[in-house]
Amino acid sequence: MALVVEMQDPKGGVKGSEQKLNVTSIPYVITGEHVLTWITNKMKSNTEEAQVMATMLVAYGYIYPIQNHKKLVMCNDGTLYRFQTDFGTFDTVDSVVAMMKLNIRKKGMLEAYEQAHYNHLNKWLNHKWDFIVMQATEQYKATKERKKADRVVLDCQERAYWVVNRPPVSGTDTFFHTALTHNIFYQQTIMRSRVKSSVSLGALVKYVTTYKNHDAFLAPCLPSNPWLTNNDNYWTLNTRRVETPTKMRVERWSFSLFELLTDLRGRDDFKIFLKKEFSGENLAFWEAAEELKWGTASSMSSKAETIFKTFLAPGAPRWINIDGRTMGMTVKGLEHPHRYVLEAAQTHVFMLMKKDTFFRYLKSPTYKDIQKKALSPEAQNFSPAQIEQNAQSCSPGIHPIILWQQEMEENAKAAAASAPVDVKAMMSKMDRKNKHILEFMHTRF
Amino acid sequence: MVVCCCLGRTATWVSYQLKIHAQKYMRSPLIPEMATQEVQLNETLAHLKSESESLKSKLEEERAKLHDVELHQVAEKVEGLGQFVMKTRRTLKGHGNKVLCMDWCKDKRRIVSSSQDGKVIVWDAFTTNKEHAVTMPCTWVMACAYAPSGCAVACGGLDNKCSVYPLSLDKNENLAAKKKSVAMHTNYLSACSFTNSDMQILTSSGDGTCALWDVESGQLLQSFHGHAADVLCLDLAPSETGNTFVSGGCDKKANVWDMRSGQCIQSFETHESDINSVRYYPSGDAFASGSDDATCRLYDLRADREVAIYSKESIIFGVSSVDFSLSGRLLFGGYNDYTINVWDVLKGTRVSILFGHENRVSTLRVSPDGTAFSTGSWDHTLRIWA
Repeated sequence: MALVVEMQDPKGGVKGSEQKLNVTSIPYVITGEHVLTWITNKMKSNTEEAQVMATMLVAYGYIYPIQNHKKLVMCNDGTLYRFQTDFGTFDTVDSVVAMMKLNIRKKGMLEAYEQAHYNHLNKWLNHKWDFIVMQATEQYKATKERKKADRVVLDCQERAYWVVNRPPVSGTDTFFHTALTHNIFYQQTIMRSRVKSSVSLGALVKYVTTYKNHDAFLAPCLPSNPWLTNNDNYWTLNTRRVETPTKMRVERWSFSLFELLTDLRGRDDFKIFLKKEFSGENLAFWEAAEELKWGTASSMSSKAETIFKTFLAPGAPRWINIDGRTMGMTVKGLEHPHRYVLEAAQTHVFMLMKKDTFFRYLKSPTYKDIQKKALSPEAQNFSPAQIEQNAQSCSPGIHPIILWQQEMEENAKAAAASAPVDVKAMMSKMDRKNKHILEFMHTRF
Repeated sequence: MVVCCCLGRTATWVSYQLKIHAQKYMRSPLIPEMATQEVQLNETLAHLKSESESLKSKLEEERAKLHDVELHQVAEKVEGLGQFVMKTRRTLKGHGNKVLCMDWCKDKRRIVSSSQDGKVIVWDAFTTNKEHAVTMPCTWVMACAYAPSGCAVACGGLDNKCSVYPLSLDKNENLAAKKKSVAMHTNYLSACSFTNSDMQILTSSGDGTCALWDVESGQLLQSFHGHAADVLCLDLAPSETGNTFVSGGCDKKANVWDMRSGQCIQSFETHESDINSVRYYPSGDAFASGSDDATCRLYDLRADREVAIYSKESIIFGVSSVDFSLSGRLLFGGYNDYTINVWDVLKGTRVSILFGHENRVSTLRVSPDGTAFSTGSWDHTLRIWA
């Protein structure tokens, strides 16, 4: 494409530069913004048209994004791109693959010039098959020896190429590709570890037995099932921040740490226990890691930084005690944060809580206390007439949006209250005060 | 001729060229030397195929080695279930056409539903009031989901997109104005689900892929390739790690995926037709599926095998959707013959059959606290059962 060639002209084309990607310097990188500006000026179009045109260039592989290989759009910002090596100078093998794919895509109906090119390649290939295989093998070996910068570029290029030119999913043409992938998958699956049926099925049965009384279809829902009696006491007794939970709810917290943490009311009770033990940092870290994992992509780096400063840095105010290897791995990963960077540390901390803290909680006065206080509502027996009446006075309850706003407010309050005290600042403040007093006493005596 | 059956992208690349070359030869074998090479290529193809078959049977062998007991045998010690009285407790009327999908809000009483005429309605099922309504620009809204915060809903269908609509307390506000387009597929959207927060959505599509999206930026975070045909359903695992999900498709396969790497970690192919619905067992160690072959099946993830088939000779219509009761003891299935069958998961028997809908049941979900389940149907209504 002539336009693409023009864009790469060092004098009048899109301005490129060397950019650092992770720790490698990539040569000749362009930003989305620059591309769009160049197109707008060149074609005398508006930004929208330029955007569409540029996105097409990316979709067809003439330009590829360095970082997010799978997002094939042109972004009007600092997102980095590179030009795919001009198709004319592509390695012959690559151009054959490209032609073959084009042939498949167009189902044999190529334009005259495309057909001519295809036939030419065909003839040429007939004599070169072994050479091609050898060349591919050599290339593979050579990539291993190349400089890192080149390798990264080549890797990006190849990945981008395959994202754009991914082989079609179905059809007899792809049998080879599918068969090979399947075989690899089968081999991996054969090697994975399995559990005996008696063990895993036994666990399924155990789960049913544990939760039997909590299943409204198997045991009566106390005080009554709102759908049956049109009375919503069951829901008002089990709200998020109820002062005194029901006995059934408290019992459910004892089933697993996962249950305890999933029910935010239970998590609150667990926090009370942890505060008494002065070991709240593990849960705080776990919560922060959850927020990172499920948060927006844009908030990732700032959250990672806060977490590092609060929990992982040497001398951090809420330093978590995890083994050296996990700590080392996590800190290293935080240099380039992504949503799963804390996975290892989070799992470690969860396991610690699960195997030790959780059981101590269940034996603690905190839990025994709430068990005693918990409510056991009486069964409400309404007559059919009363049920009818109840239906008339059904209230919409509090809207979830309002509940959510309240939850956010409470969380903000709690975060402010438990903000780690800056010990150093406090100490230096005290030091200054002491110094004052000492000086005063010196002058006096 | 070198055939590399080793792992690695470059090996696949070489074999891909082998294939392209083979394809070319098969179209025009003009030169004699090509004929012998063609024979060699055919042999390679056959070799791969037979290797595939032997690997498959080896896998079945490995799976069978640890299969020491059947589910109904383990369930013999379990108490039998009594009689059930389940009735329609609410009927929600308001959709002008087939109801295709619904989802519960975490508040246990509100639901969102979508239909063929492009309408998405948010109801307070307890009072049967309609609280919000949106008209999508496309018809056949096949997927809808309620956000965990209760502040937004997501939906999509023939527009190939998944859009998020923030809800408002102001009844007069036009929700379509704040619409956010998040996911873009190249074919219809079949299912969508928020993850643990409002910030990410998982989608499945007729284009054969599933994808994870960042709601705020619309960025594609991860895509999942592996199904050979349309993906019809998905469900996120209720586990402490929350990193996996299962999907079912028209290729009769149910795949379990790792959300972090995009890899398919387990695959089950025992159904005889399209899988319309998949749902995790509440413990996260198993999942059920419902298919056009009129059966529901239970797959144990730790044992890595199918462990139960829920079927009856008298049931010949496909299952459109399935869900478990809170304890996992009951499996509810919505069928295309307008009924709901209730199965005893452990013993494998049917404990109840429910009538009420006047057309096929297209969607079924149990409420978050397990006090009821809701069904949507082609008869334009939704029903709450308890």
